[in-house]
Amino acid sequence: MSTSPRAAQQKFEPWKDPEAKPYVRIEKITKQFGDFLAVDDVSLDIYKKEIFCLLGASGCGKTTLLRMLAGFERPTSGRIYIDGVDMTSIPPYERPVNMMFQSYAVFPHMTVEQNVAFGLKQEGLPRTEIAKRVVDMLDLVKLGQFAKRKPHQLSGGQRQRVALARSLVKKPKLLLLDEPLAALDKKLREHTQFELINIQETLGVTFIVVTHDQEEAMTLSSRIGLMNHGEIIQVGTPSEMYEYPASRFAAEFIGSVNMFEGRLIEDEPSYVRIECDDLEVPIYVDHGISSSPGATVWAAIRPEKIMMSREKPQQADNWASAIVQDIAYMGDMSIYLLRLDSGKVVRITQPNTYRHADDRITWDERVHLSWHPESPVVVTK
Amino acid sequence: MKQGITVFRAIVLTLGFAFLYIPIASLIVYSFNESRLVTVWGGFSTKWYGALFRNEQILNAAWLSIKVAVLSATLAVVLGTLAGMVLARFGPFKGRTLLSGLTTAPLVMPEVITGLSLLLLFVTMEQLIGWPAGRGMTTIVISHITFTMAFVTVVVQSRLSQMDDSLEEAAMDLGARPHKVFFLITLPIIFPALLSGWLLAFTLSLDDLVITSFVAGPGSSTLPMVIFSKVRLGVSPDINALATILVVIVAIGALVAGIFTARQKKIRDRDAQMALAANQQMIESLKKG
Repeated sequence: MSTSPRAAQQKFEPWKDPEAKPYVRIEKITKQFGDFLAVDDVSLDIYKKEIFCLLGASGCGKTTLLRMLAGFERPTSGRIYIDGVDMTSIPPYERPVNMMFQSYAVFPHMTVEQNVAFGLKQEGLPRTEIAKRVVDMLDLVKLGQFAKRKPHQLSGGQRQRVALARSLVKKPKLLLLDEPLAALDKKLREHTQFELINIQETLGVTFIVVTHDQEEAMTLSSRIGLMNHGEIIQVGTPSEMYEYPASRFAAEFIGSVNMFEGRLIEDEPSYVRIECDDLEVPIYVDHGISSSPGATVWAAIRPEKIMMSREKPQQADNWASAIVQDIAYMGDMSIYLLRLDSGKVVRITQPNTYRHADDRITWDERVHLSWHPESPVVVTK
Repeated sequence: MKQGITVFRAIVLTLGFAFLYIPIASLIVYSFNESRLVTVWGGFSTKWYGALFRNEQILNAAWLSIKVAVLSATLAVVLGTLAGMVLARFGPFKGRTLLSGLTTAPLVMPEVITGLSLLLLFVTMEQLIGWPAGRGMTTIVISHITFTMAFVTVVVQSRLSQMDDSLEEAAMDLGARPHKVFFLITLPIIFPALLSGWLLAFTLSLDDLVITSFVAGPGSSTLPMVIFSKVRLGVSPDINALATILVVIVAIGALVAGIFTARQKKIRDRDAQMALAANQQMIESLKKG
């Protein structure tokens, strides 16, 4: 999992400030296509200069929501405010919003320059200003030398930059990006991710990004809105989404996870114990949860938070015994699939810190797993 | 074994070309025939070309045919584009199936029926509103628009459904109002389809005999009508001369189109090379940081 470059910078968390005014306000938006409910009562507040990612599988309603922000779809009910102005029934050509399309939608009959200038010409700006802004924008996306080329004389990555330049040159209040990196190959995608963040910070434009790729969402965004079946499941920063998923769906969608179904046998304000059919000893969690004793709950433990050893751990709770079923060597780390005695397979990852490890745990060995009491996340739905 | 296949291929090729081109070749040869009798060779002569250019009836008919073809092809492209646009872009509105059926009906309707129904329409209209007064160029043009528009609609509609909708949305997103989107984005992109639609309509109009015969009036005979009526009285050699001229015009057109396509392919190859080089360049510059 890549870490967000934002983490290194000073804290940018306007959503925690009760004084802060949301820049984009989505208020109880619902969109119905015939009988199909594409977006179901979604409310979101997005703040200025955020990169907000709408994350979800295809058909979850994220693109429909984006298209409603752009003005291509009219919501069935609910309102959209941008910078305090009600945009719900404003047509796309009058919104201070621009969109970068998944297909890039670069005009094939115009040169790079003409593509970028198109939006400014529609505003009726003076020729000299258009020329200047186009040159500046092409320099920013490093396309200066390709200004006179037609789109089919460019590579996919360059077409993507034309699309980006074209939508940014209008200085929109809000830039919508529909799967911006999906069509690029892996190496180019990584570079472009960081470049996109740099450009966003240089220009200070608010971004809303739609993606199905959780890694892309984790790298780019200040916050993620996870969607499923037209609803927002959870909103949070990338690390909140990963470390504190609010539901099984959220835990399983972002990263991989080991999910243990069990019953609450001890429910105290400062700790809980969960008995699982798959484990010999209970799971002990060092914080309380809001549920009642006896209730069915799920304990989610991330693969990198489980330790593996040949010796049996000393503690009474939070361990299990298993047999190594499979190992995948990934270079930087290895993935172990371990079969518990109940038959359940647990996935753990181990960093390959040392180059020479003759004593590495191998296939069919019996091992013991253990984890810290703070590692499991308990979810009730 | 391999030799046998080559011989077989050569025979098939010869037969194929013979089948296609011997009629045309014999027509051209006989257009230079001295004799008045079409099927008897009487020595080389170009006199029938001279006779052709003195034949007022044929020249007038050719001129009328060209006027009708240009006019009806142009109007068919305008109407066909509108219909194609509505069918491809306006979603499942009420009456869409009806519209689509009506615009494409002339494609499947026997020409005799189209011609007859148009004739009935024109006669009734003349009685009721006095227009079009009599039958002539106006009625021919209207009829030709009716059936060529169907072809244009199909061409334009299929081109539009291949076109990425997001191009139009992107233009709108960048601040262009719908009519500007149409003229600045949609129209230039589908222009090749309009051009081929126009050429198709032009050819069909120039070629049509059946529908035209129904709706033409006295003194408004098109070229196919004149040729047909002349042939009925026995083929005269000047018709061979006329046909040869038409063949030459078509051949030149095909040749120009061929050269143009070859050049386009060359340009496309060069552009693909450029895109590849551009990609390399970009990867290099990204590596440097």
